[in-house]
Amino acid sequence: MEERMERKVRILIAKPGLDGHDRGAKVIARGFRDAGFEVIYTGLHQTPEQIVSAAIQEDVDAIGLSILSGAHDYIFPEVIELLKKKGAEDIAVFGGGIIPEEDIPALTQCGVKAIFTPGTPIEEAVKWVRENIKPRK
Amino acid sequence: MFKEDQLKKIGEGKRKWTEDLSKILSETPERLPRFTTISDLEIKGLYTPEDIEGLDYSKDIGFPGIYPFTRGIQPSMYRGRLWTMRMFSGLGGPEETNKRFHYLLAHGETGLSIAFHYPTLMGYDSDSPMSRGEVGKCGVAIDTLKDMEILFEGIPLDKVTTSMTINPPASILLAMYIVVAEKQGVSKKDIGGTIQNDMLKEFIAQKTFMLPPKPSLKIIVDTIEYCTKEVPRWNTISISGYHIREAGATAVQELAFTLADGIAYVEAAMERGLNVDDFAPRLSFFFDSHIDFFEEIAKFRAARRMWAKIMRERFLAKNPRSWMLRFHTQTAGCSLTAQQPYNNVVRTAYEALAAVLGGTQSLHTNSLDETYAIPTEEAVTIALRTQQILAEETGVVNTIDPLAGSYFVEALTNRIEEQAWEYIKKIDEMGGMVAAIERGYPQAEIAESAYKYQKQIDSGEKVLVGVNKYVTDHPPITIWRMKPEIEERQLKRLRQVKETRNSQKVKELLQKIREASQNGENLMPHLINAVREYATIQEICDVWREVFGRYSDPGYF
Repeated sequence: MEERMERKVRILIAKPGLDGHDRGAKVIARGFRDAGFEVIYTGLHQTPEQIVSAAIQEDVDAIGLSILSGAHDYIFPEVIELLKKKGAEDIAVFGGGIIPEEDIPALTQCGVKAIFTPGTPIEEAVKWVRENIKPRK
Repeated sequence: MFKEDQLKKIGEGKRKWTEDLSKILSETPERLPRFTTISDLEIKGLYTPEDIEGLDYSKDIGFPGIYPFTRGIQPSMYRGRLWTMRMFSGLGGPEETNKRFHYLLAHGETGLSIAFHYPTLMGYDSDSPMSRGEVGKCGVAIDTLKDMEILFEGIPLDKVTTSMTINPPASILLAMYIVVAEKQGVSKKDIGGTIQNDMLKEFIAQKTFMLPPKPSLKIIVDTIEYCTKEVPRWNTISISGYHIREAGATAVQELAFTLADGIAYVEAAMERGLNVDDFAPRLSFFFDSHIDFFEEIAKFRAARRMWAKIMRERFLAKNPRSWMLRFHTQTAGCSLTAQQPYNNVVRTAYEALAAVLGGTQSLHTNSLDETYAIPTEEAVTIALRTQQILAEETGVVNTIDPLAGSYFVEALTNRIEEQAWEYIKKIDEMGGMVAAIERGYPQAEIAESAYKYQKQIDSGEKVLVGVNKYVTDHPPITIWRMKPEIEERQLKRLRQVKETRNSQKVKELLQKIREASQNGENLMPHLINAVREYATIQEICDVWREVFGRYSDPGYF
């Protein structure tokens, strides 16, 4: 039987828009790295275009968006739309930040795979990735 | 402070107590292997005079209003005047925020504080592609002077002081404030307030940055130089630890990095040729008040003592007002939870108490719903009443610095001071804060502390009630939401302002700003002229981005 070498799950953690609150994004990025995923952190002030471009270039399996500014209603759908346009809709999109519960169904509807609200332990997000995100190739 | 034979007796008493204790502990161990502050400073079970053996009352503790100000910077403190109840506010457009200002003033707040939306913070107008999804959500949308005029409708600027949380465009907002006052018939000699204007902590923590460090500092010194002459009642900078703490720093890091930033600003202003005693009295500070009660009180007392020493001994300031650390405090946003939001009322109350026992000059108390959204009127009222009950009912304001002399609090104050000096020394050895920032030092320290803390919460080593202990369901709460019509109105107004202003004049004034930026002139007079003609914030910031370049996030994690 052939043994397949599965590459590590690659995740892009991104800070879209003007929001500068990066404590959570950095903690998650580090937590994911410690959990064994390949993590690329975009840094702040990324446009949806920049995020999608980086995701494709870095050949990631998922994008995690951290948004605390209330701009989630614009940014999540925009990123998903751009991924579709570029033929990369198999890159999963998830996120976290300050996102009211009542907004989550709409995000799920447009294709966001998970939203991790405040108080989520790192291990819970790690577990979700292990169970839901597989290398694309 | 104690005679040798007294200390000897106390030492013997302590030994006896320790023996008795060890008998009890062998049967009933303490609940935890270590008791620490939220910042991981280990705390002993008991403090005695031995713990403050070397303390000299007159030299180290002293009297309020007298160097080194450990007990407070004013001789009468709250007996003379309560701290300013200054609630950070901003939502939607200037109309909504004006309404919130009037509401809070009517409910007893004693100073204004503006929260701007992200585009304004970052030097963009509401119609910029960068602003999509952001307008009016985290604070008030301000694009031009017109918005500021609406914001202060019915608010006399000779009667009320205003703090503006604004950094890269701080000078522009100050220019607008000066012109609003001018239009009210109030001279800039009579207006009072603060601009946060602290770019170093932006690179370290808050991250609303725009230009690289050197030009950012240049503009800050322009405001200090200008205000020292022209706007004497204005606090030119609010040297901040709050954001550093919120990003995950420990109490010691918050204190050390803030004071190190302060040192950098004093050096920059003195490099410009300004006399330290001319500008230092109008520097101000801004700290967090986090949930670990005594650690915060000790931090505030250490801060005053340290800054006094820095100003008098390092910078040789002669004016006692140059030695005084005046500060605003905000209760810790990062201590609040989305789970069981009513618990946040309690957290904010404890944190407010710590700030007052720590001698703050001004205080903002967070609302219970701020882990979700901008506060509702109901929530912000409770937050304001928290301060009023503290001031009027608890009696803690009856005497100055009531915790002075506590063996524990004085020992903790000493310890925090000692550890903060170590950080400052390290930063000095790196060449100062700008150099330290360029090599990522404070950013790395903060990221480390933030990660460590999260692991402690996740493991249960540190408890967060409602999150990792006492976890129960809670009913949903009603939160404030931005309305799309507000954004539409803002965009419409911006268009109208651009149509009705003298655009040729604006173009010329922007060119003047460009030239002044290139040849190192003080920018303030040019900014005032430009905003008076309704130049937009982004138009001015675009000139700066063009001349000075942009700073982009190095993305450490």
